[in-house]
Amino acid sequence: MLMSVELILNSVNLNFIAFNKYLWPHKMDGLFFTIFIIAIAAAEAAVAIAIIINLYRSHQSIDVENAEEMKY
Amino acid sequence: MEGSTIIFYLLAILTLGSGLLAVTSRQIFRSAIYLLFSLIGIAGLYFWMEYEFIAAVQIVVYVGGIVVLIIFSIFLTQQAGEKLAQQKLGRQLFAALASFCGMALILLQLYQYEFTASSETATEPTVMNIGTQMLGTDEGGYALPFEVVSILLLAALVGCIVIALRTKTKTN
Repeated sequence: MLMSVELILNSVNLNFIAFNKYLWPHKMDGLFFTIFIIAIAAAEAAVAIAIIINLYRSHQSIDVENAEEMKY
Repeated sequence: MEGSTIIFYLLAILTLGSGLLAVTSRQIFRSAIYLLFSLIGIAGLYFWMEYEFIAAVQIVVYVGGIVVLIIFSIFLTQQAGEKLAQQKLGRQLFAALASFCGMALILLQLYQYEFTASSETATEPTVMNIGTQMLGTDEGGYALPFEVVSILLLAALVGCIVIALRTKTKTN
């Protein structure tokens, strides 16, 4: 799931850069959006991996189906 | 076909193909490696569009940082060679339907909208231009989002340390 999120964010970045280059080449707004998306994706990945490793420590598995104590 | 068009299609095929393999692969380590190739392909596309700074950032942050982090966490949490369970057919169908609807919506919008390229002279995306605009406080400057993102990164850093600390005190 985390990898899919990375792929989606990357495709968005690619769109931002391409539209910035071919439609508004005198501005650099798309480029800044891309930089900020990369920064936020890095923060998200770090936190998510910390949570996953924590989940593995307490449940011995990273399957979300196994972490259901608080579900009901 | 010109050379640059051929290079573009090669990079696009690399990116899309390895992205597809990353999503469909049953072994999680392989899908991490395919993700790596997909990200490299996207960095190549940035190079192709002559946005060298973004390409460098892409390689340093994604290829050097996030993928290594993902591979580390796979090694820490997964037994090697273990295959992921096959998803239910209903789920697969629903995911395919949802992604197809999203793609159809975006393609419809793209083909209905008439794009007009601006005729003004292009600003070169050099590091100097990027830096001046990113830290500029006048119109079009990105000083405030820059500071907000740095606060967010600090919060993520502290949050990761707190999450990692909690189990240590528990196990002790």
